[in-house]
Amino acid sequence: MGVDGQFIQYLFSGLTVGSIYALIALALVVTFNITGIFNLAIGEFVTIGVLTAVSLREAGCPDIMAYALAVIIAGVIGAAMERSTVHRARNASVLTLIIITIGVAIALRGAALLIWGTHPYTLHPFIKAAPISVGGATIVPQSLLVLCLAMVAVGILFAFFDLTYAGKAVRAAMVNPTAARLVGINPERLSLLAFSFSGVIAALAGIFIAPITTATYDMGFMLGLKGFVAAILGGVTNVNGAIVGGLLLGIIEAFAAGTLSSGLKDAVAMAVMILVLLTRPTGILGSTRNGG
Amino acid sequence: MAIGKPWLCLAAAGLLFSVPLIVTNTYILGILIVVGLYAIISEGLGLLMGFAGQVSFGQAAFYGLGAYTAAVLATRYHCPPFLCVLMAPLLPTLVAVVIGRPILRLREHYLALATLGFGILTFSLFNELTGYTGGPSGLTGIPYLGIGPLVADNDREYYYIVWCVLALTLTATANLTRSPTGRAFRAIHASEQAAEAIGINTALLKLQAFGMSAFLAGLAGGLYSFWVTFVSPAPFGFTASMEFALMAVLGGLGTIWGPVLGAAIIVGLTEFLRFAVPLILPAAGGEFEIVFFGVIFVLIMLLRPQGILLPRMGRAENFRASKPQRGAKCSL
Repeated sequence: MGVDGQFIQYLFSGLTVGSIYALIALALVVTFNITGIFNLAIGEFVTIGVLTAVSLREAGCPDIMAYALAVIIAGVIGAAMERSTVHRARNASVLTLIIITIGVAIALRGAALLIWGTHPYTLHPFIKAAPISVGGATIVPQSLLVLCLAMVAVGILFAFFDLTYAGKAVRAAMVNPTAARLVGINPERLSLLAFSFSGVIAALAGIFIAPITTATYDMGFMLGLKGFVAAILGGVTNVNGAIVGGLLLGIIEAFAAGTLSSGLKDAVAMAVMILVLLTRPTGILGSTRNGG
Repeated sequence: MAIGKPWLCLAAAGLLFSVPLIVTNTYILGILIVVGLYAIISEGLGLLMGFAGQVSFGQAAFYGLGAYTAAVLATRYHCPPFLCVLMAPLLPTLVAVVIGRPILRLREHYLALATLGFGILTFSLFNELTGYTGGPSGLTGIPYLGIGPLVADNDREYYYIVWCVLALTLTATANLTRSPTGRAFRAIHASEQAAEAIGINTALLKLQAFGMSAFLAGLAGGLYSFWVTFVSPAPFGFTASMEFALMAVLGGLGTIWGPVLGAAIIVGLTEFLRFAVPLILPAAGGEFEIVFFGVIFVLIMLLRPQGILLPRMGRAENFRASKPQRGAKCSL
């Protein structure tokens, strides 16, 4: 494998993981803009999505149904989280809310440990085909599928925001919650919607990536955190930024892992986040805040 | 003396002094040492979070930096142990001062994420810089703490050392919080703009609070190294950072004894769960108690965000004052 082949390989694995980060970042950005809360438990919804899908498949569910059910379950848990914690503490300080979502994250991770143990699980690739060779690099078909599905998911979301009434209401609440309330949009219902949406998207992201990596009870924490890095990279009020941030983070990480050391990729991601926070708090794309 | 009523302090000191004379069980002494170490760390974090109103979700990094500083100095450079403990807080404090200046400009979510990121960054480095830290397998061969022929090689002696350091920490913190610096911290907590307006150098004071919290965490790290005589990255991860934050919040932010109480409750609870959980759920693994931690975390924040020591809506009220007013800018 030549230098070019290696370059393509890094780029491609970066884009694959990056599209997962982008999905998680998207969920975070939408939730943050509606509720003003960073859902630090988002990573755990990735775990719950994957592991539920694994269990449902083992219980004899057909693949598609297992995945769909897992996504729905994650959405319901997201809604339950909103009602039981965030909704109750909506008048508390930001710090209190951050600690609450971290607490939920820890509890969910613990629950995942209880239910599934420390054993690593895998999902089968969605399509069975031989690895493809491109310019000296080898690409697993599942990676291509992850990329495509991420694009489709993003496309559907944009269609939702632009074409449907509910989507427009969400956008209105993202831009100006006070004005949205004045025209009769119920922010409390939107907050519930936002949290179940996070659950759904995170679970989807997890199911997409599980055939490439293995799934364990503690996989979500880092993925969730990378979602944050991606969101911050793109600017937390910017939906497009979340996607660009996710892909960019994936590529940065892939190159860092390839050229420095694979153990350092988390450190590089964190360093990138801190640097962006310090130099461009609005993200690389955002020059103005479009939020409240 | 500002820790509390003098007779109460004397009684507490007497009780704590006599504990090892009655308790000979090394398991219980060990727990008390851990409580002491964690209380030192959360006291520093309490200073930062409860008084200066800034948050750190990466405090375990400073704890780890202190532990590794002491361990590397002792094993690689054969520095006398007591000197290592004294030097342990230097690196964490220096790092805090260097990163604190830019990081403390951030607020709320951003500060929380930046400190969290710093913690994870440092944790990765503990694992990766194998040349210094020994990587995941850690550093062994750390001697016991001592000066010349006086060596603290058992838990009873170490208990006295740790709790004496804690007593000093408490006295220093109590005095500090009553000094002009402490009042300035509280002013920043209440309103940074107002503090700035009356001539308080908020950037410098926040940096001082951050530095002090790192100093105490580093000191505890140094003491930890010489107690267990082995250092690996495991105790300095994200979970530890969260536990320290929980300890600081649980007892009561803005109080002197709150973090000590928080440390005692969390460590006690961990040990209790370690003992109780296998009795109820024989199949449960070792890390099982984290579920309970998460739940406790959430419950405390929902029911008593001001901590246990403070009355409802007491002095911690201004901790709630920074609720995000979404859209507030537009309504002005």
